[in-house]
Amino acid sequence: MKELVIIMISAILVDNVVLSQFKGICPFLGVSKKMQNSVGMGVAVIFVMVCATAVTFPVYKFLLVPFGADYLKTIAFILVIALFVQLVEIILKKVLPPLYKALGVYLPLITTNCAVLGVTITNIDEGYTFIQSITNALGTGLAFTLALLLFSGVRTKVDAADVPETFKGVPATLVAASIVSISFMGFSGLFGS
Amino acid sequence: MSNFKEFTKGLIKENPTLVTLLGMCPTLAVTVSASNAIGMGLATTFVLICSNMVISLLKNVIPKEVRLPCYIVIIAGFVTAVELLLKQYLPSLHSALGIFLPLITVNCIILGRAEVFAGKNKIIPSICDGAGMGLGFTLALLMMGTVREIFGSGSWFGIQLAPKSLDPMMIFIMPAGGFFVLGCVIAFVNKVARKKPPKEMGCKGCPHYENCGKALELKEKEEG
Repeated sequence: MKELVIIMISAILVDNVVLSQFKGICPFLGVSKKMQNSVGMGVAVIFVMVCATAVTFPVYKFLLVPFGADYLKTIAFILVIALFVQLVEIILKKVLPPLYKALGVYLPLITTNCAVLGVTITNIDEGYTFIQSITNALGTGLAFTLALLLFSGVRTKVDAADVPETFKGVPATLVAASIVSISFMGFSGLFGS
Repeated sequence: MSNFKEFTKGLIKENPTLVTLLGMCPTLAVTVSASNAIGMGLATTFVLICSNMVISLLKNVIPKEVRLPCYIVIIAGFVTAVELLLKQYLPSLHSALGIFLPLITVNCIILGRAEVFAGKNKIIPSICDGAGMGLGFTLALLMMGTVREIFGSGSWFGIQLAPKSLDPMMIFIMPAGGFFVLGCVIAFVNKVARKKPPKEMGCKGCPHYENCGKALELKEKEEG
């Protein structure tokens, strides 16, 4: 149990997936303009990450390893994620239209979100068990949402600020992201090392 | 002549990293040193050229509805090849790039070029386009890597530049430094090119542009 808590907290704060591992920068910069969109994207990512881990872990353990094909994991995982996202989209549309309306627009973006493929591969590389993998996926998803939410707040300030002409737009956003990232460096000593 | 144009447009005018702002993740993550940056850039270029070539050859075979999964599988195949080759012949680079090597699969530059260019054009222009975009990406990574390595560890390609007694500015090789340097490099390129900096992310080059742009607009309309 203690281990699971450590995995969770280190995924959210110490090794924040966006601000210290640099995964999922594109949606981080693209969708963080409005608080509402950030929440929608975050929830969709948490959902897909947990489910994708729940599917890719057995695929790796019971399909790839027994046949000695573990070097194919990149291809297998991305295929599983792509199929899974498509499937979720179809099922949500039929079964839960209100949820589809809220999350549907973000789903196609998630296939190419490197945080999702990243977390499934990390789980295998770190040798996590099934429960630990799910915890890590949940923590990483929460970390992504946290970063997006915090940054959408910062961004409204940056957009209103008076910055030099050459820095306007994306460069100013990136510099602001660097300052948010510095604040997360404060957590780095949390578990010793 | 037009093939040459396809090649050069990726280097500066439509540089995938600095102008259309795609593929940010590896740009920030692996550029702690100039040699890592070159390695990542060339690996991506290789995958980009190969995938553009194969996709432009198969463009009439792949059904339109399932083209994105097909493209992704083709790309993932080449990425696995690169991964195995690097593991065998350049193990130090393989471990330095780490997780970002398999993540070349989801680099939006590659899927973007497949969707925007290779899926609609003949093989020779597609190869030129891939090579140009790949080298443009490598160039941008090299710029980032150079700045971060010189300031962050006082060396360049592993050659010590600053005297050992001088403490390097560690912040530049930390994650925070990555965001900062990228912001400054984009601003610098804009200043030199005397252009207005990009206001938004480069959505037009994104493979999901149609899905997402339209859907987001609809959503905003609904909310009023």
